[in-house]
Amino acid sequence: MSRRTYHALAITAEIAVPVLILVVWQVWTARADDARFPKLTTILAEFQDLWLFSQFTTHVVPSLERIALGFGIAVVVGVALGVPLGLSRRTRSLAMPHIEYWRAMPPPALLPISILLLKDIGNKQKVTFIAFFCMFPILLNTIDGVRGIDPTLIDTARSYGVPRRERIRRLVLPAALPQIFAGMRTSLSLAVIMMVLAEYFSSTSGVGYVLLISKNTFQMAPMWAAILLIGLLGYLLNVLFLLVERRALAWHRGWRAATPQ
Amino acid sequence: MLEIKSLGKTYGTGPTATHAVGDLSFTVEDNELVCVVGPSGCGKTTLLKCIAGLLPPSAGEIVLRGRRITSPPPEMALVFQEYSRSLMPWTSVRNNVLLPLRHKKLTRSERARLVEEGLEAVGLTRFADHYPWQLSGGMQQRVAIARALAYQPSILLMDEPFASVDAQTRGDLEDLVLQVRDEFGITILFVTHDIDESVYLSDRIVVLTHAPTEVKEILPVDLPRPRDQIETKELPEFAHLRAHVYRLIKREEQPPLTGEEVRATHSEV
Repeated sequence: MSRRTYHALAITAEIAVPVLILVVWQVWTARADDARFPKLTTILAEFQDLWLFSQFTTHVVPSLERIALGFGIAVVVGVALGVPLGLSRRTRSLAMPHIEYWRAMPPPALLPISILLLKDIGNKQKVTFIAFFCMFPILLNTIDGVRGIDPTLIDTARSYGVPRRERIRRLVLPAALPQIFAGMRTSLSLAVIMMVLAEYFSSTSGVGYVLLISKNTFQMAPMWAAILLIGLLGYLLNVLFLLVERRALAWHRGWRAATPQ
Repeated sequence: MLEIKSLGKTYGTGPTATHAVGDLSFTVEDNELVCVVGPSGCGKTTLLKCIAGLLPPSAGEIVLRGRRITSPPPEMALVFQEYSRSLMPWTSVRNNVLLPLRHKKLTRSERARLVEEGLEAVGLTRFADHYPWQLSGGMQQRVAIARALAYQPSILLMDEPFASVDAQTRGDLEDLVLQVRDEFGITILFVTHDIDESVYLSDRIVVLTHAPTEVKEILPVDLPRPRDQIETKELPEFAHLRAHVYRLIKREEQPPLTGEEVRATHSEV
């Protein structure tokens, strides 16, 4: 089999398998006639109704907004804290127990207190909640990435009198970038989870809110439509992220291929 | 003039302290090319880092043109052995050469000109937009040299720069060093463990003892210039000097037993 045919087959399979699953779902649910498992056609109709037109701005946009803001803040804060912690052993040894403590906290445990402290069940609380838990993978990966920078490179820059700020910008950050991206990828899927969790707990809009309402009113079709949307959202965000990563870290792949590690 | 005066460097304190550099003194005149050779593990890199202002000495001082070195001096450039680790893999050859110029008070066009000149001196103009890892080891070390030259130093420190390239490339790079030294009129302090290389390049050779390092001997090298990889190395004086340095170092590589080791040997019997 040539590489091309192999490639074509792989892509076909990638599309065919999900389609097949959906077809099986449709056939099976039509025959089973079980209220817990609505037919695919019913779910899709609900999907279109709920997400694509009428309630796109009321429920999908707020959820996306919360993910974007929460994730964005997590990246900025995670990197901003991770760089100094990676550079200074003393600060790191002071901070690590606290980081490990909060990182080990199950997110639902902090939902009630987040509402009380922020006096909010809207965007402020949701975004803060998402940002808080998404920050940890980025923070820890940034620390690791910064620590892993080659001392020869730093010595070189120091010997040329490159100021500290410039060293961080030109050497430390780019060197840590592959690790930072690895953390960001973990955080992005975490952001979707946190979004659903926060909205499901208390909210007046969003995908998680629709999930909550459908549960309370025993409506199976919108619930499945929400599950479908959340899954697709996570998948598409990851695809988008990988595209960005491919561009930003093009050098890294080439360098790794060229250097025996 | 670079003066190393009674330099000492100890890592750590107490019984676990390592005396890397003992009591080291020598000078390098302006426009001179001095090679430092010594047995392996003799603290050559420690010495170089102290001179570069990257490591504070434990004793003595280093004076460059009358000023004591406490931090990396602006008229000094450093080329490390590990070219692949001293270059930034995420950016082009051009940006690598540009790195030490970004914070200098220069106009944009002056920076660009210095980068071009540096790359031209090492014959890499065509590769300015490549990533370093797309080049061979020898070419990567040329990038590191181009970067040093673009910085316009009056003195260049080289730490075993050609230890990890093949023999052919090594010869070419040695000639490149001699050429840029004439062209740019810079002082070069070259650390190597390769005796042939030290004799071939030097005006003077500083032979070191094993750690704690001191100066074993300083030899003037009166071989005619310009030097040539074949003709120079055929000269009887070359062979003579080479053998002399070789003997000095061989003798150093079997360090006399210290009291500690003698005791250890006895207790085994």
